[in-house]
Amino acid sequence: MKQSIFKISENVKIANDVYCMVLIGDTTAITKPGQFVNIALNGFYLRRPISVCDWSEESLTILYKVVGEGTKAMSVMEPGETLDILTGLGNGYNIETSGQNPLLVGGGVGVPPLYGLAKRLIANGTNPHVIMGFNSKEDVFYVEEFERLGATVTVATVDGTMGIKGFVTDAIDNQGSYLYTCGPEPMLHALYEKVSCDGQFSFEERMGCGFGACMGCSCETIYGSKRICKEGPVLEKGEILW
Amino acid sequence: MVDTKVNLSGLVLDNPIIPASGTFGFGYEFAEIYDINILGSFSFKGTTLSSRFGNPTPRIAECKSGMINSVGLQNPGVDKVISEELPQLKQCFHKPVIANISGFSVEEYAICSEKIDKVPQVGLIEVNVSCPNVHDGGMTFGTQAESAAEVTRAVKAVTSKPVYIKLSPNVTDIAEIAKACEEAGADGISLINTLMGMRIDLNTRKPVIANKIGGFSGDAIFPVALRMVYQVYEAVKIPIIGLGGISTARDVIEMMLAGATAVQIGSANLINPYVCKEIIEELPALMQSLDINSLTEIIGGAH
Repeated sequence: MKQSIFKISENVKIANDVYCMVLIGDTTAITKPGQFVNIALNGFYLRRPISVCDWSEESLTILYKVVGEGTKAMSVMEPGETLDILTGLGNGYNIETSGQNPLLVGGGVGVPPLYGLAKRLIANGTNPHVIMGFNSKEDVFYVEEFERLGATVTVATVDGTMGIKGFVTDAIDNQGSYLYTCGPEPMLHALYEKVSCDGQFSFEERMGCGFGACMGCSCETIYGSKRICKEGPVLEKGEILW
Repeated sequence: MVDTKVNLSGLVLDNPIIPASGTFGFGYEFAEIYDINILGSFSFKGTTLSSRFGNPTPRIAECKSGMINSVGLQNPGVDKVISEELPQLKQCFHKPVIANISGFSVEEYAICSEKIDKVPQVGLIEVNVSCPNVHDGGMTFGTQAESAAEVTRAVKAVTSKPVYIKLSPNVTDIAEIAKACEEAGADGISLINTLMGMRIDLNTRKPVIANKIGGFSGDAIFPVALRMVYQVYEAVKIPIIGLGGISTARDVIEMMLAGATAVQIGSANLINPYVCKEIIEELPALMQSLDINSLTEIIGGAH
C-alpha cells in the first residue's frame, strides 16, 4: 500500500454515467491487474474504492460509474486537480493459471479491471476471449480498446440494442481454458454454475478502510473468513461459499 | 524540549496516542507503512472467548463527517489471539499493548481476562462493555451501573494488570456508570464507544447496514465524546482514556483539557492510515505554541 497525490490528466465521459479518469503519479505499489485504489474526496468521510483499469510507470487509468454523491463529485473534476489515493490494494488476478484460451467475463463496471488483465495475458502469449455484459447500447464502453489489444470481444446487452440479447451467460459459446470475472454478485454466481473450468472471481463489498484494518468487508470462504479488501477482491472458484 | 509522556495506572507511555480497538487490527497493516513503535501503545482488535465471524455485510455506511460500522466483534478467539496474533505482533511492536476484551456473560469476561493476564506483552486490559453490534452482550453490560460493576469486579479478581472499562455513550447518565466501575475497583475508564446510528438507502428504501443499526463514529462525534469525558472527569478520580472523533493534535489537547490522561484514535486511521504518526509528529510543536511543557500538566485543565 502506498498513499500519494495524483494529478488528473483526463476525466471524460465514455458511456452512460461512466467516466474514464487518467491520473499521473506514483504507481509503484500496483503489482497486479484486478487490484484497486482508494480515493479520498473533499467533503466525504470515507474513501472511494475503485478498480484499476490499467497502469504504467507514471499513470493510472480508472473507469468509474456515477452511482452516488461521491462519484458524482469525481465526474466534475478537471484536469490539473489532484487526488489523495491509496494504491496497491487487494490481491489482484493471477495470470499464470490462465491456460491458452482464458475467458474474461465482465458485467457493467466489472469490465474495467479485465482490461489491464487482458493486456498482460496477451503479453504472456495467450488468446483471451472477452465477454462484456451491459444493460443497453448506451452503457457499453471499451469494446474497441479491448479489440486493439488483440482480444476477441463479445458484447451482450439485456435489451438487445447491441450484440447478443441477454446476459453474459447467454453469450458464452465455449468453455475456455480458465475464467476470470468481475461484476455484480448474481452474475458471478450464474457463471460459477454455468462455466465448468476453474477460475478467479472478483467480488465487491462496502468497505471502511480498504487495507485490512476494520474488518468491514469480511466474507466467509472454505478457508475461513477473508477480507475482500486484503485477501480479496479476487477469490479462487474453489474457495467461494455463496 | 517538551514532555509528551503520560502515565496510565503505572503504565508510562511515550505519548498519549493509542489507536483504538477495531481500527488498527493487530497492527500489521500499519507496520507495513510506518514504524508503529512511535505509538504510545495500541488497543488491539476486540477479543472474545470463542472465535466470531461477526455480522452479515454490508457492515459499513458513510455519514456526514463520520461512518457507521456493524462488524460485530469479528475475531479469532482469545486462544488464537494469544498463540498466533500476539507473537506476530511482537515482531513489529515492542511496547506493552492494551488488550481489548468483550464477552456475553460475566464468566466469559473473567475467563478471557484470566488468559490475557498471563501474557507479559499486555500492559493493560480494556474491558469493552459497550459494543453496540452484538446482541445479549457487549453494550448490555455497559448500560447499567450494576452490571458494569459486576463485570469490573469479575475481571479485577483474575488479573493484576490495570483494568480499564470502556463505556458506551448510549446511556442516560455515563458519570453514574463510571462511578460504579470505580467503586468496583476499575483502574481507569475509556470512553466513548460508538453512538448507535443508522442510514437508509433511498433506492432500496431499506437500511444500508445488514444489521440495520450500527455504531456511529468519526469527526462528528467529537463534541459528544469531549462532553462525556468532561462529565466523567468530575465524577471519578481514576484516569480516563478519551476517544471519539479525534483526528488532529489539537483534538488531543482539547480532550486532555477535558480530563483525558491519554487518547485513542479510531475511525481516522481508516481514512488516513498515517494519522497517528502525523499527530505524534505535530504534538511537540503544538505544545510549544500553546506554552505546554508537559502534557500531564494539562489533564483536566478545563475544569
